[in-house]
Amino acid sequence: MLITCPYCGPRDVIEFTYQGDGNRERPQPASQNLDAWNAYVYNRLNPAGDHNEIWQHSGGCRAHLRVVRNTLTHEVSSVAFARGDHKSAARHKAEGKP
Amino acid sequence: MVERQSPLEPAPLEPELRTGSHGDFEHGIDVILSEIKPGSILQLAAWPGQEKELIAGIRTVTGLALPDGAGAGSTDGVRSVFGFAPGKFTVVDEAEGLVSGFAGVVTPAIGTVTDLSHGRTAIRIAGPKAEWVLAKFFAIDFALPAFPVGAGRSTMHHDVFAQIQRTGADQFDIYVFRSFARSFWKALCHASEEVGYEVQ
Repeated sequence: MLITCPYCGPRDVIEFTYQGDGNRERPQPASQNLDAWNAYVYNRLNPAGDHNEIWQHSGGCRAHLRVVRNTLTHEVSSVAFARGDHKSAARHKAEGKP
Repeated sequence: MVERQSPLEPAPLEPELRTGSHGDFEHGIDVILSEIKPGSILQLAAWPGQEKELIAGIRTVTGLALPDGAGAGSTDGVRSVFGFAPGKFTVVDEAEGLVSGFAGVVTPAIGTVTDLSHGRTAIRIAGPKAEWVLAKFFAIDFALPAFPVGAGRSTMHHDVFAQIQRTGADQFDIYVFRSFARSFWKALCHASEEVGYEVQ
């Protein structure tokens, strides 16, 4: 399985570390919404098909990547830097971070 | 600065770095291995949005212009620079003390400068079969059009992280963690045996 890192180009999966499901939304640290925390920790879609994932190119440029991988075929249809994606950017804005 | 000792020559133990010809050298020496011992190995990182300022600072201090593009770099034989990650660069100088040159240039508002001179070992592999030997180690494209002179790559061999810069058409400089340098060196020697190699 190859993942095409936006910086380094196509690399073997052995250079990458799986960082978990990319669909999770972490509640605010101070949140006491137990349902939200339960969903963040335990609930997974487990689809048979395209799946949003976070990977780190730990054996290369060490960037965190947002990857869409097909769980049936291992085909990687999209790779982008996780930094600056709209989800985390919006959350940082809401929290008043740069 | 504290006197550095090469991990490849740990006196009084038998040195790993044995100069001379080895392997199948009767049919010619196709690879030359050496430890290049640069005085300064720095890692520079720009905060998001400050990449251009950092690249300008590298040019001010080293005189080296960084070409555009991921992993791009340049070398003048004395100083070398290449990108190894988004907004991050390795800068190498034969002389010690390069870090002090960046003190007033790369300000805390632009990014960070980390001195890795004691933490990395630089190994040079040169010769007509250098590409071929490295292709046994790393699953990346070493052909000249895909990996031009000056460019750098971050990759790993058996979990040993390595930064590789092409410093000539058939010459590569490999930066590995100091603690892995001896085992990496030995592996590189074994891999070079079948083409015949010389250690300088």
